[in-house]
Amino acid sequence: MSRDMLTIIKKEFARFFRDKRMVFTTVLMPGLMIYILYTFMGKGMMQEFSTDDAYVASAYVQNMPEELSPALRGLSVEWTELSDSEIESAKAAITAKEADMLLVFPADFSASVAKYEVSDGAAPNVAIYYNSTEAESAKLYGVIKGVLDAYEQGMANKFDVNAGGEAYDLASEKDATGQVFAMLLPLLLMTFLFSGCISIAPEAIAGEKERGTIATLLVTPMKRSALALGKIVSLSAIALLAGLSSFLGTMLSLPNLMGGADSGMDASVYVLSDYLLLLCVILTTVLVLVALISIISACAKNIKEASTANAPLMIVSMGVSLSTMFGGDGAKSLGLFCIPLYNSVQCMHGIFSFQYAPEQIVVTMVSNLVYAFLLTWVLTKLFNSEKVMFAK
Amino acid sequence: MEKILEVQGLKKTFKLSAKQQKIEKTKEKVKVAVNDLSFTAYRGEVFGLLGPNGAGKTTTLRMLATLIKPDQGDALLDGASVVKEPEVVRSKIGFLTSELKLEEFFTPNYLFDFFADLHGVPAEEKKRRKEELFARFGIDKFAEVKVGNLSTGMKQKTSLVISMVHDPDVIIFDEPTNGLDVLTAKVVTDFLMDLKNQGKTIIVSTHIFSLIEKICDRVGIIIDGRMVTCDSLEAVCAGKSLEERFFELYEEKVGKIV
Repeated sequence: MSRDMLTIIKKEFARFFRDKRMVFTTVLMPGLMIYILYTFMGKGMMQEFSTDDAYVASAYVQNMPEELSPALRGLSVEWTELSDSEIESAKAAITAKEADMLLVFPADFSASVAKYEVSDGAAPNVAIYYNSTEAESAKLYGVIKGVLDAYEQGMANKFDVNAGGEAYDLASEKDATGQVFAMLLPLLLMTFLFSGCISIAPEAIAGEKERGTIATLLVTPMKRSALALGKIVSLSAIALLAGLSSFLGTMLSLPNLMGGADSGMDASVYVLSDYLLLLCVILTTVLVLVALISIISACAKNIKEASTANAPLMIVSMGVSLSTMFGGDGAKSLGLFCIPLYNSVQCMHGIFSFQYAPEQIVVTMVSNLVYAFLLTWVLTKLFNSEKVMFAK
Repeated sequence: MEKILEVQGLKKTFKLSAKQQKIEKTKEKVKVAVNDLSFTAYRGEVFGLLGPNGAGKTTTLRMLATLIKPDQGDALLDGASVVKEPEVVRSKIGFLTSELKLEEFFTPNYLFDFFADLHGVPAEEKKRRKEELFARFGIDKFAEVKVGNLSTGMKQKTSLVISMVHDPDVIIFDEPTNGLDVLTAKVVTDFLMDLKNQGKTIIVSTHIFSLIEKICDRVGIIIDGRMVTCDSLEAVCAGKSLEERFFELYEEKVGKIV
């Protein structure tokens, strides 16, 4: 029995290790992909947590105490002193993302802190109003909170920061919803779109090669370009349907996932034009994805090989999608919107967070259409190549 | 007689991988599958390509059907070059080989319409030809059954009909009766005879002597990628049976068969 078992093991090893492609895709590629992905994620996180040295935050302050003044004024913040009557307009400016912060100390902060005893009850409260949906405001909140916490530690808990039930995060409901959607949905959408494409394109290209049915098409008078274009358009339409179904399910269920009606999240914060822009971005993205997967599938000998060969593309696609979770406000340079897949992810992020420029969407759509056209041309060439189409 | 196919010095080589070199027991990195092959076929005749396995018959037919490109030479099919005008050539031929498969998910009825549309057959003509061909081969009995559920014979009949969907003037059949049961093989052979009687030009490759003797007007014998002889069946046979003559030529060119 053990000899038979060894014979089987030997055969399985021979089958595996003699197939260089399988060894590469199964053994080497996962490590390589994880290295690339983690490096990419690490850089994204560094980008998120590092501060822009050139940025000078705009903040309002009321009753800044003398003893905290050096620490606060030493920060890269332009402080504006406010009177009581200006507080509400300052809060509105923070909600509108025109200012980064409002810091309110009690009028007699130094004296109150000095005479405060725990038995007195509520400690003097310092209020930090900020907007969590604005990256610089959120970062500044962390910095100021750190300064105050460090100061408080030296005084044995003599005051509180943002105590009580008041809302200090002044982000509007729309912005807060947008932030959550912008962080999660690009990744989910790209996953759904990729799943839609990968479930049909390898079957339609590599599958036809494997079954010998593509040769039957190749002896008809139609041009190879018509075959390539016909495949890409039809596969894109089907993948789009699959993607849209998943997207609708996500949009409708995400508020439930995030805590139901109480979460305040509602997909109705987006208007028709947002959805139309998103649809345009998705459409051109699907064209690029289908074309890429089709090309990889055309080079594969069968569906199994096509699925394996498409795995790196899936990892790249997912990795790029993660950039919305770590990349702060996303790309600003228009040139970055020419990078396939990355441009789509950034546009989705921009649309969901209400922070996009029309030219970014236009550049993304145009470049995606150009890529789809070029990739279709490549697929046509592959359909013309007897080496590719009839490889044994 | 009007020339309909002029094959001029076709050559095709294939690169051999290390594995293939080992199988072929050769150190050559390329294999010459077809070498300087020339022949002419005339309108309305049945031309047979006869040769052993690996002689280059299928490669020749694949080049004529524009599935693969020749390294050298050209072939003019009804005036159209297989190298420069592959789409025109494809519109003029019907090609049937075991390499071409039908999508098993679809029915013969759907596939007939699909390929008729790809060939640009008008709706009325499509309907008429479908009725005629389906009745001729008994496909109307399983027209709505998915190809995947058909027997080998039924599939071959369906493939045959679909290769004829656009009523081509030139029909290229590669080993048309290979792997078929005797009944289906007879149906196919009878159909070839019908096409011949209709004045169609048929190029057929086979290694079955009886098929050549039954249907071909002229025959070309290919050995090791080269045309050894090409003439009328009577001239090639020179008073002997085709089988006798073929082995004579084979031993002359290759050596004694062991």
